[in-house]
Amino acid sequence: MGNRVGIIGVGQTHHAAKRLDASGVELIAEAVTRALDDAELTIDDIDAIVVGNMDHFENINYVDTWAVDGLGAFMKPVFKVTTGGTTGTTVGACGYYQAASGLFDIVLAVGWEKNSESDTQAAIATCANPILERDSFAGAIGPLATEYSMYMKAFGATEEDAAIVAARDRNNALNNPYAHSRQQVTVEDVMKSPMLSYPIKFLDMCPRSDGACAVIFANEKAARKLCPEPAWVHASVVRHDYTHFGDLEWKFMPTLERASAAAYKLAGITKPLEEFDVAELYLPASTCGVKWMDSLWFCEHGEAPDLIRKGTFEMDGQLPINPSGGVISTNPIGATALIRVAEGAWQIMGKSGDRQVEGASLALCTGFGGCSWSDVMILGADLP
Amino acid sequence: MRYMERVAIIGVGQTKYESGKRDNFAEMVFEVTNKAMEDAGITKNEIDNVVSVSSDFWDGRTISCMAISDASAAYGKDITTVEGDGTFGAIYGLMRNLSGNYGTTLVVAHHKGTESNMNGITNTAFDPLVERKLGLDAVSSGALQARRYMSAYGLLEEQFALVSVKNHGNAKRNPLAMLPMDITVEDVMGSRMVADPLKVLDCSPLTDGACAIILASETPAHKLTTRDKRVWVKGVGHCSDAFRMGDRDLADTRALKDAADRAYTMAGIIDPAKEIDVAEVYDAFTYMEPLWLEGLGICDDGMGCEYLERGLFDFEGDLPINPSGGRLSANPVQVAGLACMAECVLQLRGEAGDHQVEGADTALAHGINGMCGQSHCVWVLGR
Amino acid sequence: MGMYTDKRKRTHTPEGYELLTHSSGDIQYDFGWHCGPYWSKFLGEMRDNKRFMAVKCPECGTVYVPPRQCCGKCFVDMNEWVEVGPEGSLEGFTVVRFPYIDPNNGQMKKVPYTAIWVTLDGSDTRYLHFCNEPDEMKLDVGMRLRAVWAEKRIGTVHDVEYFEVMK
Repeated sequence: MGNRVGIIGVGQTHHAAKRLDASGVELIAEAVTRALDDAELTIDDIDAIVVGNMDHFENINYVDTWAVDGLGAFMKPVFKVTTGGTTGTTVGACGYYQAASGLFDIVLAVGWEKNSESDTQAAIATCANPILERDSFAGAIGPLATEYSMYMKAFGATEEDAAIVAARDRNNALNNPYAHSRQQVTVEDVMKSPMLSYPIKFLDMCPRSDGACAVIFANEKAARKLCPEPAWVHASVVRHDYTHFGDLEWKFMPTLERASAAAYKLAGITKPLEEFDVAELYLPASTCGVKWMDSLWFCEHGEAPDLIRKGTFEMDGQLPINPSGGVISTNPIGATALIRVAEGAWQIMGKSGDRQVEGASLALCTGFGGCSWSDVMILGADLP
Repeated sequence: MRYMERVAIIGVGQTKYESGKRDNFAEMVFEVTNKAMEDAGITKNEIDNVVSVSSDFWDGRTISCMAISDASAAYGKDITTVEGDGTFGAIYGLMRNLSGNYGTTLVVAHHKGTESNMNGITNTAFDPLVERKLGLDAVSSGALQARRYMSAYGLLEEQFALVSVKNHGNAKRNPLAMLPMDITVEDVMGSRMVADPLKVLDCSPLTDGACAIILASETPAHKLTTRDKRVWVKGVGHCSDAFRMGDRDLADTRALKDAADRAYTMAGIIDPAKEIDVAEVYDAFTYMEPLWLEGLGICDDGMGCEYLERGLFDFEGDLPINPSGGRLSANPVQVAGLACMAECVLQLRGEAGDHQVEGADTALAHGINGMCGQSHCVWVLGR
Repeated sequence: MGMYTDKRKRTHTPEGYELLTHSSGDIQYDFGWHCGPYWSKFLGEMRDNKRFMAVKCPECGTVYVPPRQCCGKCFVDMNEWVEVGPEGSLEGFTVVRFPYIDPNNGQMKKVPYTAIWVTLDGSDTRYLHFCNEPDEMKLDVGMRLRAVWAEKRIGTVHDVEYFEVMK
């Protein structure tokens, strides 16, 4: 791993189905001002800015130049990155690399989305190849549903396993004041909810939200000076292999396996299930929370249902996953992956309030999107 | 801001810039990625990570980078995507090298202007509530800026026309350019009015094309290539102005001055007009060339047109600007700034063939993002 | 942390103005994507010869459908064409029940429809398409499928109307 960088401040908006009270730029400003507060800095302290979202949701071109006011980017270096669902972690990685480069000491990374402004699935459907794949490609839900059908057939996982994950994430959200959807649910509630796309049911699936998240990265020298307990970046790995959906191996997630293996190696982790204290994972549907556990090297292929049924990933389990409520509770797509990094950072910094995992000092954060792409970021309380 | 380690550009590749290319996005990216690797003398195994540059709007699909994921040699590697001009993708690529994580970075940009609707797409850069309904797009907003620039300094359309004559003429020496033309000021003045004062020959064309460059940190640069291939990054800077056109004086190039200042400070340049031997700047419209040259400190504010008239920026002049033909001869948006960088590399290596500027030792590449050059990125490259 | 004002339920400004939304109206963005030589041949073969043509990587031997110029893993040009299908095995499926706007025409997508991944015989990758069976309880991964060609074929993926389960 290259030069050392720590996260020194985080800000989030209150996420909702519709933030009538704020335009996109105002939503961004809300997250940015809260992050500056958290880090006890002013906008003058920020040396460079990066922003990300998925264009088609708001139909605004050149968002980096459009949102200058809300970003605090007036007369500052700024650009935009975007990679679909993984945008948030792409933004986070960008914040890390910019601070690590030595060209800029303190970097503001912002992810945001106003999903209420458009038809989410229609916009997502345009990511598939327009000539060959778009027509049968049912947004985000279709492929996720299809891959779980393969996993159930191959390994005997059930719809109920997914329902356990859904209930876990949704109930966790009750401790998170920023979460969009905060409702108490039982496994039975999930099983009875309307079928969206077999086998994914309504309560299995993430909402779409309006929200923004801002994370402040600082290189080692600046971080030590400005923050008592930065969340140090131990690894950032991205695997966006594959252009065509049909090329993927669907019984497990090849990109997540490769990305997490590489990240664990960089961070010196050999037993992820034992060594991590908390995980904030990008699980857009509860089915992913079953199937993808294999691909994170928590167990062998097909053994995830066992871990789920034993309660391994509950708040009082061996490795709490998504104390924030996860993506199933909050999903402003351009921000969603960055929120995983933000929540992971707050856990390390001890600022997670009612959802704090005691003594958390190593956090796993992931991003997902596109053609089954995977981003992994590992944060720790100790210097890497 | 400090500059820690030296980074070189060791390989470049460009497609021919044309209208209505029949390849798809992936095929263009595959072409330039291979060209850049061949130029550097390396294989995909020596590329450590990839920064792609693409636009969901221009490509007509969300996650536009997905189309080129395979074709950019990114399999099994870290990849990211900048949405904006290629110069911004390149500065992110530079930072990934400087972070200490990667020895080499491929930066690849693609664009197909002729497959889409430029007016509609650039209209979406404007605020949906207030500005979009006015029908503003890249050309009409450019026209507003041109008019402001003219009235600020008493400039004439005939002076802007000189840029078109010069750049289309320069394009005759560049086999990759799309619009080499032998024209006069009268031809430009007589061309169809698009948005006063901009006429057809004041505007850049819709273009399809792709470009790739390979950045290498000092140690791998020395290991992988020979001296003649290496062009060093001397300085770089980027900066954005305010968004609303009404919040800016469109003739005031303060963001460009800031970006240029950062780049010159890093490069140790005090008198850009004297120390820069050749420059590729983003002339999306004729008026932009003198305006940006003022912002770059190559001439005083308001003096750009006078210098043009004196022939200082001609191919045979003291400081040739856009010897490749400029964006007026080929403007694949997103790609254009990266192409400026690639052209500067060729100049510094002495590989620019018929459009070689003699004795080029320090070059400047420039890119813009957003409307009316709201955001700028400046690169100083040298031997 | 929790000290910030939660404005999510607001419907009016402090002075009492209703918080508005602004509609774009119907917008249409037309694109004319070039298929390139590989997809042009793929679609042409479906239209003229009712067959699926795939490409094979000279290095790793993977047979790809739909075909494309570059093998992502090996990063080499592929030029060996191989016929695959027209039958294959069902790898994954879902019956889509939620309606959404079809980006191709701005109309609501007709649901339910069954989206499938089918591994055409001879290929190593999966092909995305439709199946005419609307009941998920009647579908199972591993079933054999056969392409049903459209009467009128014009060089799009709809030249195959759907895949049907082979009895």
